[in-house]
Amino acid sequence: MNKIPNRQVICDTLLELAKDDRDIMVLASDSRGSAAMAPFANTFPEQFVEVGIAEQNIVGMSAGLAHSGKKPFVTSPACFLSMRSIEQVKVDIAYSRTNVKLIGISGGVSYGALGMSHHSVQDIAVARAIPGLAIVLPADRHETKKLTEALVKYDGGVYVRIGRNPVEDVYETDDYPFEIGKAITVREGKDVTIIGVGETVRIALDAAKALNDEGISARVINMHTIKPLDEEAIITAARETGRIITVEEHSIYGGLGAAVAEIVVQNHPVPMRVLGIPDEPAIAGKSAEVFHHYGITGDNIKQIAFELINK
Amino acid sequence: MEIQELKVKAAQIRMDLLTIIHRAKTGHTGGSLSNTDILTALYYEIMNVDPSNPKWDDRDRFIASKGHSVESLWCILADRGFFPKEELETYSQFGTRLIGHPNNKVPGIEMNTGALGHGLPISVGMALAAKRDDRPYRVFCLMGDGEQAEGSNWEAAMAGSHYKLDNLIGIIDRNRLQISGSTEEVMGLEPLEEKWTAFGWNVVSINGNNMEELLKAFRSVPEVAGKPTLIMANTTKGKGVSFAENVPAWHHHVPNDKELELALTELKATIEELTQKGQVH
Repeated sequence: MNKIPNRQVICDTLLELAKDDRDIMVLASDSRGSAAMAPFANTFPEQFVEVGIAEQNIVGMSAGLAHSGKKPFVTSPACFLSMRSIEQVKVDIAYSRTNVKLIGISGGVSYGALGMSHHSVQDIAVARAIPGLAIVLPADRHETKKLTEALVKYDGGVYVRIGRNPVEDVYETDDYPFEIGKAITVREGKDVTIIGVGETVRIALDAAKALNDEGISARVINMHTIKPLDEEAIITAARETGRIITVEEHSIYGGLGAAVAEIVVQNHPVPMRVLGIPDEPAIAGKSAEVFHHYGITGDNIKQIAFELINK
Repeated sequence: MEIQELKVKAAQIRMDLLTIIHRAKTGHTGGSLSNTDILTALYYEIMNVDPSNPKWDDRDRFIASKGHSVESLWCILADRGFFPKEELETYSQFGTRLIGHPNNKVPGIEMNTGALGHGLPISVGMALAAKRDDRPYRVFCLMGDGEQAEGSNWEAAMAGSHYKLDNLIGIIDRNRLQISGSTEEVMGLEPLEEKWTAFGWNVVSINGNNMEELLKAFRSVPEVAGKPTLIMANTTKGKGVSFAENVPAWHHHVPNDKELELALTELKATIEELTQKGQVH
């Protein structure tokens, strides 16, 4: 089992890249520990900025730094970064077109027992409505490394959401092509497509393997980029497999499922199910317990697939 | 520029901004008139900017955090040659670049502003970048006084002093009026200078409609090494047009034909008076 959380992978990768790129900067809002960025702060103090608990200021300052040629990575809890500072994201990053990478840490229900104030399950919906802001959720440590490398080269605003704990690997190595905006088919299939994002890709994959044992061929797509969305991958999946299930650690409103549904109904309508957090303050508990409570599990996805196929 | 020339320039800018607001039938007249002297001092005398190369690396940066009073800025940028003066005629027209708030599609505008409380955090980031890269430029951020109620200003004020940004100059256009009336009635700010001092800034209080005082204050920053400067520019909303001065309704009142004529006549008289002193050639 992988023991490295994605936040640590981001720090390790930036530590490597910052040696040759003095413009890379990391900002934290009293979050260098929770973002696993203390090693970066210690190694490159001139490329690190602490702003204290001030999420509006961290985004505004990062926009000012980017305007002056820096490549700021803002690391702050996803729940606050995505909501408390959203006007700064809209005006100072998207509207002013500044090159800022927003890294929402401990996203989804990673802060499980801390309750709704610390859960971040509306962030994708909010970020999707901001023009020009890319949204990426890496699936595992390999993808997080490749994403971090891509972010340094990407010119523009990006919102990245990662979880708190180590997650099981989806990929065996990082030796595969990764491109922001290009979905990855992690398993071929023809009867149904399961689309996951971030930590739910692994769950989708588990469901597909279980379905295979029952004679059902499930395609699994890792939709790591929710915006710009890989519409072609969705339309192809609708056409070739005829059924789609989306699964996400997010409200069922405005997230991956909603984004996929918009493309499906306008291009190739097929039966679809959106699996996520219902419209309620999510129950408190460990991530796995919360996932289980809401049926964000391989078993439930398998059940939904049966229902769609037998309709 | 000589002092008298700057005063004449400010009066001309006031005539220009009233004209474009009258033509467009929209604008923030009172706040633009109050900040005209500040912007005139900055753009004609203080800041290192080059209209033919608006993005050169070491230029001084100006951020209009009180973005709604953009009309004075448009008129000054046009007059300084950042874009053709004829373009002022498109102000607020459909599809124009010259919208009612600073827009960085226009040469000379660094960032899009307009939502209040955004300018200072951005300016802190810019000033910090200059320090980290050992570059000589300074960042000037103009805020409104009503804008001081936005909490993000105070987050940035803390950061500005924490990082010892003596290349950062905050300016408050302290005209004491906001859209609903007096700042002290809407949300009391006083003692405002003490608040900024307590946040670690070096505070300089001046008459913000007095060119001599503006130049002296701007030329003496930083007075204290390692401290950002806050210039409390005490101004009169509607300054330069007698019947608009200190009248809250002129926050975004648009002059009608008669009011425009009267205002332009007053400002012409101001220019004549300054010129007759024989100090403007």
